Amino acid sequence: MKKKKTNREFRQHLLVCAGTGCVANHSFEIKEELEKEIIRKGLQDEIQVITTGCQGFCERGPIVIVQPDGIFYQRIKKKEIPRLVEEHLLKGRPVKELMYLPSPKEAPVPRMMDIEFFKHQRLIVLRNRGRLDPENIEEYIGFNGYRALETALTRMTPKQIIEEVKNSGLRGRGGAGFPTGKKWELCRKEPGRTKYIICNGDEGDPGAFMDRSVLEADPHSVIEGMVIGARAIGAHKGFVYVRSEYPLAVKRLRIALQQAREYGLLGDDILGTGFNFDIEVVQGAGAFVCGEETALIASVEGRVGRPRQRPPYPSEKGLWGKPTNINNVETWTNVPMVIQRGAKWFSSIGTKTSKGTKIFSLVGKINNTGLVEVPMGITMREIIYDIGGGILHGKEFKAVQTGGPSGGCIPKTMLDLPIDYESLTRAGSMMGSGGMIVMDEDTCMVDVARYFINFTQEESCGKCPPCRMGTKHMVYILDRITNGDGKESDIELLEKIAENVELSSLCGLGQTAPNPVLTTLRYFHDEYEAHIKEKRCPALVCKNLISYVIDAELCGGCTICAKNCPSDAIAGEPKIVHKIDQEKCTKCGICITVCPPKFNAIKKVSPSIK
Amino acid sequence: MKKIENILKQHDHRKERIIQILNDIQKIHNYLPKDVLQYVSRRLKLPLSEIYSIATFYAAFSLKPRGKHLVTVCMGTACHVRGAPAVLNRLEDRLGVTSGSTTQDNQFTLKTVNCLGACALAPIVVVDEEYHGQTSVNKVDRLLKTYEKEKN
Repeated sequence: MKKKKTNREFRQHLLVCAGTGCVANHSFEIKEELEKEIIRKGLQDEIQVITTGCQGFCERGPIVIVQPDGIFYQRIKKKEIPRLVEEHLLKGRPVKELMYLPSPKEAPVPRMMDIEFFKHQRLIVLRNRGRLDPENIEEYIGFNGYRALETALTRMTPKQIIEEVKNSGLRGRGGAGFPTGKKWELCRKEPGRTKYIICNGDEGDPGAFMDRSVLEADPHSVIEGMVIGARAIGAHKGFVYVRSEYPLAVKRLRIALQQAREYGLLGDDILGTGFNFDIEVVQGAGAFVCGEETALIASVEGRVGRPRQRPPYPSEKGLWGKPTNINNVETWTNVPMVIQRGAKWFSSIGTKTSKGTKIFSLVGKINNTGLVEVPMGITMREIIYDIGGGILHGKEFKAVQTGGPSGGCIPKTMLDLPIDYESLTRAGSMMGSGGMIVMDEDTCMVDVARYFINFTQEESCGKCPPCRMGTKHMVYILDRITNGDGKESDIELLEKIAENVELSSLCGLGQTAPNPVLTTLRYFHDEYEAHIKEKRCPALVCKNLISYVIDAELCGGCTICAKNCPSDAIAGEPKIVHKIDQEKCTKCGICITVCPPKFNAIKKVSPSIK
Repeated sequence: MKKIENILKQHDHRKERIIQILNDIQKIHNYLPKDVLQYVSRRLKLPLSEIYSIATFYAAFSLKPRGKHLVTVCMGTACHVRGAPAVLNRLEDRLGVTSGSTTQDNQFTLKTVNCLGACALAPIVVVDEEYHGQTSVNKVDRLLKTYEKEKN
């Protein structure tokens, strides 16, 4: 039998991103096509195509990286593959047209590490980003994987592991930022032989997808972190709870678990140390509240995911009443690096109170959408402008929303805020899981507040009245305001309800639900006033407060809008200025998207024309 | 029920795996049929009321049959600020149903999801398992037409 070539024997490697974003952009077809073309050119013994996990720069998918040159190709289409193979792989001439272009006026950037999006990042959690095949344990081991596990299991006592994690200053990356080492210690100290650990992968915050990416791209790093944690705490059984919307993550995790068992890194007598530990995957079924730890525990037990009163905390009474330690995906993935490189190294990164890095998912009205891992203490401005490349279509920045439905909106005046757990809380928001949704001048902040309250209202489990009814009432008021029926007393009423919900809800979901309302009231008061007093939506979003009109001077009479209008609200003959019948118009917005840019004749106005 | 028994076996007939079991059943049947739930209740010795409460609490489960095509609109924040509400409105108008329901001819079920974590593709619509990124109101008609065509 012919021996399989090891990685070193190939001249070049093509790394094809197979994260959810790139897969949606047909990266598997790209891979197949690349392989076919390579065989056609007879290069199969020299060049290998590998699928990797998420590269993070999802906006530019599908992504192909050529190593060892480090050339970054983006938005690859099938038809361009023959040329790519011919030019770059055969003739050694990288194809400029397929490279990243910062802006139409600038030159293409060939190397991945020279691209602004990647340049400013510091990778700890995403250390293996896009460089290994997540379905192959050998590659993870090849990049020093499971070294930390070996160290922790053979050369450290559980107490030493906990000390190391404590000294590193690592804090929970799921939201509240509780010190990880301390959490482990609490659970370790609990009496009893049966203890559990859980990895919270129920990444519910809309706009956050780092946990999905890590599970898909580097599942072994999560497993390794969990085994180390289990050893420190004295647990023999662990669970990874993954939300049902992430099928690819579940699949890769299951493969990784099986491989880890085969390699003796999971199961009975791990590495011959006599330590037993195994992990089971549990899938959620679409309930945001299951990200809350007591609800998550209920869900793992096969019950309805309703939170319960704390204390007792899960570290005392968790899964099936036993001491349980819960950390989220990103936290677990930090652990092997803390052990491998030491607490001193880890704590040298970040700010006084927040150590290490944090992954943010930079999304919304931003040029470079994707996942970025940056040291704590970096400013919003650096993330949004240096890494993110600024606002989409050159529009004006308005706010950035962090922390999901529990967080808040941070305005322009705070762009130079260094980001850590404390600074975000002071600003009225929170770290949360790290979603960062950028909003521009076309985003209505009252509508955003309504969106989030509506979200928590729908996801409220209904157990405690302040959350169940308070959020409902807030939705009702915000609906009224965005519909143009707001009363001047509404702002005060909103603040009052918000305070009640915050103070008297049972769990974190309710306690933090008012944050999006309170921060928008604090920083964007004028927008609320415009809606209430002038019946006007300054960002031209709220349907009832706007009208679509055709600018007679700009209209070229091309009839495209009239033909596309689904409600026949536009009257117009060729070459004659068109007009929108406000009675018939449903404000669907199709006309504005189809009006040719050379005319750009359709505008939104507010207040609406009655 | 043989398939259902297989699913139960895969989960060792463990009551606490009920959410996983329902997930697997839905993969086969496209929804959770009443007789299947009654069967599961008997086999696991789990009250039907409890299964019903789980099936209605979690958004991923449906007690009604779904249409041939499942159209899922992502309503995550990134999608929201990039115009998902308008896309959803257009789909509702075009299909003549509100989110969460099925067209009369059983061709399409329309539903929303909180976030698919594919925010770079916002706003995103998933039909069956195919992702359609960067959609807009005027792409809705074309999108539906490709699936309607299959019918003929």
